[in-house]
Amino acid sequence: MSLLAVRDVAKHFGAVVALRSANLTVEVGEIHALVGANGAGKSTLVKLLTGVFRPDRGTIEVNDQVRHFPSPASAQQAGIAAVFQDPTLIPDLTIAENLRLTNVAAPAVRRCLQNMDLSTIDFGEIVGDLPLPLLRMLDLARALARDPQLLILDEITAALPSDLAERVFLVMRDWRKQGRSVLFISHRLKEVGVYCDRATVLRDGSDVGTMVPEESGEAALVELMLGPAAQDLPAEASVSGTTEINTGHTVIDTAEVPLVQVHELQVGNEVNGVSFDVRPGEIVGVAALEGQGQDALFAALAGRRKRDGGDVYVKGSPVSPSTPYDAIRAGMVLVPADRVEALLPQRSVHENISLPLYNRIAEWGAIRIARENRLVREAVQRLQIDVRAQRQVRRLSGGNQQKVTVARWLAAGFQVLLLFDPTRGIDIGTKRQIHALLRQLAAEGIGVLMFTSELPEVQLVCDRVLVLYEGKVVRELPAVAADEAALLHAAHGLTEAEGVA
Amino acid sequence: MSSVAAATGATSFIPASTRRRFLRRNTWTLAIYGVFLALLLVEKIVHSSLGAFDFENLVIYSLPLAFAAMGQATVVLIGGIDLSIGPMMALVNVVAATWLATASFQQSILYALVIIVGVAALGALTGLVITVSRVPDIIVTLATGFIWSGVALRVLPSPGGGVQSVDFSNLVNGELWGVIPEGALVLAVIILVVWLPFYRSKMGLSVYALGSNRTAAFLSGVNVARTRIAAYALGGAFVAMAGLALTAATSTGDPNSAANYTLNSVASVVLGGVSLAGGRGGLLGPVAAAFVLGLIGIILGFMQVDPNWALVIQGVIVVLVMLFAGVLTLRRQQ
Repeated sequence: MSLLAVRDVAKHFGAVVALRSANLTVEVGEIHALVGANGAGKSTLVKLLTGVFRPDRGTIEVNDQVRHFPSPASAQQAGIAAVFQDPTLIPDLTIAENLRLTNVAAPAVRRCLQNMDLSTIDFGEIVGDLPLPLLRMLDLARALARDPQLLILDEITAALPSDLAERVFLVMRDWRKQGRSVLFISHRLKEVGVYCDRATVLRDGSDVGTMVPEESGEAALVELMLGPAAQDLPAEASVSGTTEINTGHTVIDTAEVPLVQVHELQVGNEVNGVSFDVRPGEIVGVAALEGQGQDALFAALAGRRKRDGGDVYVKGSPVSPSTPYDAIRAGMVLVPADRVEALLPQRSVHENISLPLYNRIAEWGAIRIARENRLVREAVQRLQIDVRAQRQVRRLSGGNQQKVTVARWLAAGFQVLLLFDPTRGIDIGTKRQIHALLRQLAAEGIGVLMFTSELPEVQLVCDRVLVLYEGKVVRELPAVAADEAALLHAAHGLTEAEGVA
Repeated sequence: MSSVAAATGATSFIPASTRRRFLRRNTWTLAIYGVFLALLLVEKIVHSSLGAFDFENLVIYSLPLAFAAMGQATVVLIGGIDLSIGPMMALVNVVAATWLATASFQQSILYALVIIVGVAALGALTGLVITVSRVPDIIVTLATGFIWSGVALRVLPSPGGGVQSVDFSNLVNGELWGVIPEGALVLAVIILVVWLPFYRSKMGLSVYALGSNRTAAFLSGVNVARTRIAAYALGGAFVAMAGLALTAATSTGDPNSAANYTLNSVASVVLGGVSLAGGRGGLLGPVAAAFVLGLIGIILGFMQVDPNWALVIQGVIVVLVMLFAGVLTLRRQQ
């Protein structure tokens, strides 16, 4: 007898098939992982289990009884509570009001928070004033307080610093000990390998296998996720934890004028005197724990925030962008962390890519259709964007959306690419494609500054890395030396001496 | 001495953070009441014999807009907008003027209740249509506005009717003990008896949740359809009161009397600190804003400004206030 049995469930949105035929069983007292590339149908399956969507076909059984969930409330009554990818707390209400709205008893939530070492939260705070990681923990505590048989965690660790993620894992294990179950969705296969009893792999809307990750290993999961198509992908960037180390992809002529020079940059009290160069053909990584000034650094360079001091030069001439328009004119373009921020979700792939072509007033006349079509086509081909759902960008999977945000700059042309965590929440296949593309672009002589929260990525793509701590560059490492341990040490503000000790 | 101690004891009993948040959430409402008091001072200067009569005048003049603003605010809080408020007030006005022309006080009250319930039902229907059709609020209410206008003209093609019961019209025009305008009392009672319990109920929370983040509200298990229908129904009830107040104030039915109320209600809502995106604000702000708009009109009247120019000046004042508030908000964010 299983706690949850999903049989042959299908769901489509218009012409796009999100789930072809998915099966999933979760036993009592089990931590079960659901993995798959972007667009494989994980989020859709979660939404079917929580009453957000209704399946076109197939059945969902809880404790051997077929259940229908016409609304999120009905799924909660059946003992399923979820922490969704996006926070579901209402920003304009206080925590206490949010709990009252959802009929969850405040003392129960308080107890759950205490178990997670978060007892100091004031329930009178307005949710919109709280930082994102804390909201994720509140969402979790609220779900736990409902005392569900099945707890669904959809990408909860993506937005969490490692110390909070650890507490989530403790909660999961504790939950299993009490004989209840967790459905855990994550792109971080390491987490799946360490904490999950079984893992079901989705590919293209169908389940392609269930395995015990401890026995089969992460590599087997990846193979299953990628399927036969994986052989076509460039093998340059490999799975995290393997041996391929970037020993300096490019030969850099140090005599050349740097593409970007940043001198003593000051932004609010978040960035305190940061200086560095990016040379043509170089990929410079930025690594930091949550909230060490990386957001402000990228915002200032991209013209989204005013800087309070310091100088920035592009190709030797000073720039001080006060709007993104200025930065783009200077040749510095941004791919932000939140894809939704960069895209026009309801417009087509074509329009999203061609948009920056018309930044200059001189371009406001008739559209040169042939040129536009050519530029867009080239960008789409180069990035291998899946254009099946191209009429509205919001219907694309996360990985494809991210490709569109990069593609628009390819079409428009640029000199410096600022990437803020470009592969967060993206499947491994697309990640490889993006890594390969970055190396290619660098080889063509552009400069890249890339913040990444996935430390192994540094060695896979970057030439060197700057480690930020409390708004300062505390360490600069060549890629060879930038393994996870070294980066983590530096990112925690430990000096080399302390690291050794 | 002991009362002072008790008072300070009472304030320190409320934690500082709670007071700070209360101020933060209600800055705008408090500010708009400040503007209202400042304008009263201005009126005192331009019109030295300011007295109870003037307050009564202000209440009679502003009460319909105050109720209309409450109706608009209820709908705007869920992230909607109601463009049928003016036409609906006109419809209420002509129906009420027809029914009340020969009614006793008791009958008048009964008719008023029937009208309030009926308009609330029409509001619920509007909310249902928006929910089922998924057509945006602005389009549905624009369309229903045409319907109410047409029906109002069918009911009473040219001005006429009236209010027979003096006691009934005194609910808006009268005064208690010769000082307190009864209209203000009615407004206060409605806010205390209708809005406050609603605001404190789970349905009230749902209204704010829906306006604040519809997806999050849905995922939290809020019944989106029921909440929207409830907000439109309550908004409808307030609009009915606005139409009744207009009828009592003018003692006549006129299908063209309420044309300006739609946009004025939006202006009051915005001026009253309700976010047009929904989820933020309350009803006390818009009510004060309605009185501010009324007071500006009255002051300009005393100053014998040409009514056409008065409209221009009112518009400029609204823009300036919004500009000032916008700059303040921007500075606070930085």
